[in-house]
Amino acid sequence: MTWLQSDEPARQDRPLQIGVRVFGSRLFVGTGKYDDLSIMQQALDASGTECVTVAVRRLSLGVPAGRTLLDYLDTDRYALLPNTAGCYTADDAVRVARLGREAGMSELVKLEVLGDPDTLLPDPVGTLEAAKTLVAEGFTVLCYTSDDPVVAKRLEDVGVASVMPAGAPIGSGQGVLNPNNIRIIIERASVPVIVDAGVGTASDVAIAMELGADGVLLNTGVAKAKDPVRMARAMRLACEAGRDAWLAGRMGKRLYASASSPTAGRIEVAGE
Amino acid sequence: MSTADPSPAAPPRLRLRVNGEPREVVAPATVADLLAALGVPRTHTAVERNRQIVPKPEFERVALADGDVLEIVTLVGGG
Repeated sequence: MTWLQSDEPARQDRPLQIGVRVFGSRLFVGTGKYDDLSIMQQALDASGTECVTVAVRRLSLGVPAGRTLLDYLDTDRYALLPNTAGCYTADDAVRVARLGREAGMSELVKLEVLGDPDTLLPDPVGTLEAAKTLVAEGFTVLCYTSDDPVVAKRLEDVGVASVMPAGAPIGSGQGVLNPNNIRIIIERASVPVIVDAGVGTASDVAIAMELGADGVLLNTGVAKAKDPVRMARAMRLACEAGRDAWLAGRMGKRLYASASSPTAGRIEVAGE
Repeated sequence: MSTADPSPAAPPRLRLRVNGEPREVVAPATVADLLAALGVPRTHTAVERNRQIVPKPEFERVALADGDVLEIVTLVGGG
């Protein structure tokens, strides 16, 4: 019965530290895909996050700026985590990371080097190459990766501050598709593991956290919910619930039932 | 600033590529001059010139040259 889990120990809570920063919330929230930036602002507030991802893109020249994303982000409250989304080579990702550091005044970067536009799955070779360069340049690299434990370890070896395995493809909302691999990554990692991508709803967050993830990064699950603010709150509660469940140490699973009420002292019943 | 002046007395112009579009500025010009001409705010803006980052404190010092390729970026919503 190897599929039955053994009892897990209760665990010690530790604050989440990435590089030199300590985060009170284990939720990392994206700022993309919102139809309305004031809804985004409220959703971020409800999520309790202290770190938000942003993308680096060309300014529209000759167009009056109007209110922009940054007008809706309190940068005293939220650490900015610029990403390298949309990069398919290590060179491009490094360029975008450098631009993001200049624009965001933040040493943090969410590194993604993607394989192709349909799957948006990470290119492990390009990711590793870019990670080496960015670590050498002093970036705190939070690295998007597949759920491959070997690649995760290689990234850790080159000095990334956090490995961020995908639960499922970006924006797919399929949840944690390979919990076994995520667990192996977590068990072997000595840097924080943040499950990034694929989170569709609150239970997906709880599952990731119950597996022992140090945090969860999500975007579409909140932005494309019918009520993003309520979903953001649900994600926060799920994150806390999952974390507590992992810390508490779950019971072992059993194939057969085990009565919760005492068998002794029952009245005379039929069948005995 | 995007059309060349046919007059021979016109000051020399620098032909640049900015965010993928051809642009011209009167020489001499620094990165700061270009940003001012474009009306670009400095906060949360980053500039890359010929694939090299131009740090903000250098905007006033870095002179543009004919043929420069510039990327001017900011932060937008993303995951």
